[in-house]
Amino acid sequence: MTAGDPTLDEGWVARELADEYPDLRLVSTTAPPPGARSSRALRERLALLADRFHGARALTIRREPVPAAYRAFFRHIGLDPDMERTPVEAAVLDRLVQGGFTSRGTLDDALLIALVETGVPVWAIDDERLDGPLGLRTARAGERLGEGEYAPDLAPGRLVVADADDAVAVLFGDIAPSRRPGRDTARLRLFTVAVPGVPELHIEEALLGCADALSE
Amino acid sequence: MLEVRAAGGLLAPVDERAARAQLRRQIAALEAQITDALISSFPHGGPQTAARSADGPRVLSLGELEAVRDALAARLAEARAALAERGRREEAGRALLERMLLEPGRHKFVRVANRDLGERGCGVWQVRPRLGLIGMLMGWWQVKLSSGCPLAS
Repeated sequence: MTAGDPTLDEGWVARELADEYPDLRLVSTTAPPPGARSSRALRERLALLADRFHGARALTIRREPVPAAYRAFFRHIGLDPDMERTPVEAAVLDRLVQGGFTSRGTLDDALLIALVETGVPVWAIDDERLDGPLGLRTARAGERLGEGEYAPDLAPGRLVVADADDAVAVLFGDIAPSRRPGRDTARLRLFTVAVPGVPELHIEEALLGCADALSE
Repeated sequence: MLEVRAAGGLLAPVDERAARAQLRRQIAALEAQITDALISSFPHGGPQTAARSADGPRVLSLGELEAVRDALAARLAEARAALAERGRREEAGRALLERMLLEPGRHKFVRVANRDLGERGCGVWQVRPRLGLIGMLMGWWQVKLSSGCPLAS
């Protein structure tokens, strides 16, 4: 890391989760808001990456250490990765169906590049709508994902990403609509969830690589 | 905390968290073995998948982890049995093909598909008479490999 690189912030993990999953972490960093349209360089990177993922790789990727760690963790938290695919497997399957990685704007492209290059999923939220640092905890009784009368209920005990007050996303799931980056976003908060078995290097590479891609 | 009856008849506490951690290790190991089985069985289909969970991500209880572990173990056993069965079938197919090649006259019109040998493609090995009817009458038998897949209609 050089002096100009963004810093990585270690998120908090609620006691009951830290006791249960000692190596579970949330790591985040900030990034400037991206332009709407992907640069040619980003689109070219997507095309190059697509060439690395053929049919056989879609099958064997689950054997690679980082995707395998996310698969195992999915099982540990009650998700079946054959039904609710891990982010990297979903991306690779999409690439097979679409015939390539489709460019969907700078932010989505940067998140996708970080994901397929490292196997580590990265999410983005509007940093200025956060109240305090991000962390992981279980949902409280009566809690909802986001504000407003149409915000979906969260079952108590569901694993969520939260700031000091509210749940901002379901773990490996939806982000609250009010927290998603929009046109008026002045700063992004990129975050990832490190599960047991994922090397620190991959976490750093995913977050810093994503921030780097956003500035291309 | 779980309690188990110790040798002296007293109830001894057992750390349930340690048991859950142990189950998670077993689940991770089973998951890796299922992945291997799936890759080995490609393209003949892999282990069955379970139903989508309606509860979302959560901390599983000891009982739920046991259920996940048992379901994975059953799936793995099923996948291994299917792999072993296919291995036996392919071995029998290869032995039959060898006999066909050695003594075609004793295996008249016997067919073995590449698929049954664990090979790719639509080729079929068949013992056929050389020169048609004449070969049949003269006992001139040969093994031919049909090439290519049938055209889509």
